[in-house]
Amino acid sequence: MEALGLLMHGFAVLLTWKTLLLMMTGLVLGIFVGVLPGLGGPNGVAILLPLTFTMDPTSAIVMLSCIYWGALFGGAITSILFNIPGEAWSVATTFDGYPMAQQGRAAEALTAAFTSSFIGSLVAVMLITFLAPMISSFALKFGPPEFFAVYLLTFCSFVGLGREAKHKTVISMSLGLLLAGIGMDTVSGQLRMTFGSAELLRGVNFLVAVIGLFGISEILLTMEERLALRGHAAGISLRVVLSVWKDLPKYWVTLLRSSFIGCWLGITPGGAIAASFMGYNLAKRFSKDQDSFGKGRIEGVFAPETAAHASGTSALLPMLALGIPGSGTAAILLGGLMVWGLNPGPLLFVEHKDFVWGLIASMYLGNVVGLVLVLTTVPIFASILRVPFAAVAPMIVVSCAIGAFAIQNAMFDIWLMLGFGVVGYVFKKIGIPLAPFTLALVLGNRAEDAFRLSMIGSGGDMKVFWSNGLVGSITTLAIVLLFWPVIDKAFSGVSRMVRPAKA
Amino acid sequence: MSNTDIEIVVEDPTAPEANSPQVVSVRVVDVVVSLLLLALAITLGLDNWRAGAGWESTGPQPGYFPFYLSVILGGASLYGLVAAFLSRTEATETFVTRAQLRRVMAVFVPTVLFCVATQFLGLYVASFLLISGFMRLVGKIALWKSLLTAFVFTAVMFVTFDVAFDVIMPKGPLEAALGR
Repeated sequence: MEALGLLMHGFAVLLTWKTLLLMMTGLVLGIFVGVLPGLGGPNGVAILLPLTFTMDPTSAIVMLSCIYWGALFGGAITSILFNIPGEAWSVATTFDGYPMAQQGRAAEALTAAFTSSFIGSLVAVMLITFLAPMISSFALKFGPPEFFAVYLLTFCSFVGLGREAKHKTVISMSLGLLLAGIGMDTVSGQLRMTFGSAELLRGVNFLVAVIGLFGISEILLTMEERLALRGHAAGISLRVVLSVWKDLPKYWVTLLRSSFIGCWLGITPGGAIAASFMGYNLAKRFSKDQDSFGKGRIEGVFAPETAAHASGTSALLPMLALGIPGSGTAAILLGGLMVWGLNPGPLLFVEHKDFVWGLIASMYLGNVVGLVLVLTTVPIFASILRVPFAAVAPMIVVSCAIGAFAIQNAMFDIWLMLGFGVVGYVFKKIGIPLAPFTLALVLGNRAEDAFRLSMIGSGGDMKVFWSNGLVGSITTLAIVLLFWPVIDKAFSGVSRMVRPAKA
Repeated sequence: MSNTDIEIVVEDPTAPEANSPQVVSVRVVDVVVSLLLLALAITLGLDNWRAGAGWESTGPQPGYFPFYLSVILGGASLYGLVAAFLSRTEATETFVTRAQLRRVMAVFVPTVLFCVATQFLGLYVASFLLISGFMRLVGKIALWKSLLTAFVFTAVMFVTFDVAFDVIMPKGPLEAALGR
């Protein structure tokens, strides 16, 4: 129960007026970002990151994670009221949320969405509270080969388990790893891939790339769409909130199932999108009355929202414990940690106790404050959508430019951001996933260092990755995951050959 | 009934028409991107080969890790090139229609101009010009609203970053004349 004591200490760090104010600011900005078309969790965090550069790390991460919670809450507002999923993971919420709004039950649907988001996050945060310290103290025994094996596992699972075409995931990942290597080589001091350019000497900054890839490209993509919308305005009264909460216990199985799915898919790079659909489909399959799904059933809001938020939150677990982000947004938060000079990974729990437990405590507090905030302010946020996109778009561009410049005070970075904006736009349209790229770019140097250190240790013998049970099983698992589609096909092929023989 | 029936309606008069002709298919873009990636992989691969992609007494040379990544990138883009050539579905998919491209350019061109302006006039002047110009010309919003919004936003940014948080942005002649 050491964790509980430390958590209480974390709450003590947080409970100052300044931090609470930052939290509220972060949440409001986050909801704003979540509601606006063309912006979402990762983009919002990336664009608003520079605001936090001058703060101390704890305040900064509290604010950033609150932006993230806010964006998660905000996505539900547009899905239910306007049938426009602000994020890919709120698509499943529209299935039953929008019909409810059409029937005049928007307030009920919104309450259900916010409450279940809260429950999902809460379960995931509890998991983080108790599991993260254990995993990190286990990971403290890791040497370079083990770390490289874990990185390899992350990369391989993206390739093997991702839904995109395999070669496109590989392209995205190797490109990210290559760009991470540009600039001064940290081991030998030699310059790599700079082609004599002084600007490239600094390397490609992760955050600049992210702001371009997610911020600028998202605006270009949004402009392609028809931006007209019509939806229901909604105010939430206390009576509705209480009546929904009174019914909550009836749905405990759905909530529990979705939380579990979400946590699992959040830690493995399955992601919130898969989690929300899986949560919805399972709730439907286990329901006695399947036909009523899609026609405004409150369970159809509970299931995907709980799963999506459990997943979005638990994606922070591997980031905190191992330094490996479980989602795009987690990768950006990780980039933020590095800007403040914190080295994410198991040592974080030893060297920066205040920071880690402050962050975990802020997840609890941020969710409670966020729930109250969204329940009371929904009508205001819904009306943000009245602001024309022609006013919002240039402001986003300016914020992106400020963000890109502020990181290294370099004009070149603004141009780089623009370039990444175009790359992101094209990649998204031809189906090259951006998440592996982001992950590779942020982990690239650490993966390479781990690889080189283990090679130096072993004298260039690849057998070092199978030198003991632990590293051997991680490496083998990585390779199995990499070839999972092939193995899966082979297995089903074999079983198909065997079955007719038996029959 | 409560107030849940009030509707929020936002129109989009300049929305791209649905029946606009396509400019380019997904396949063509996919092929071009694969070729560019292949060229990039070869360039980076050669540079890393030059930096040393082998082994020395102390361990792998600096170019070792990125060299093999270039090989992987090259291989994957080569595969992508062949796959895009053979794909039947991608040939029929539209990458962008003419109406969509017009809208995308309506944002992209001002953004490029904004970056140029930032280089010479400083970020704050450039952002005022971008916001007011974009709202007026692309959004067809009343001139006074555009100017006011642009001024307020730029001023808020200036106060937040330059005055409150000491984050220095690129500045131009106007800021110099005002002594900031």
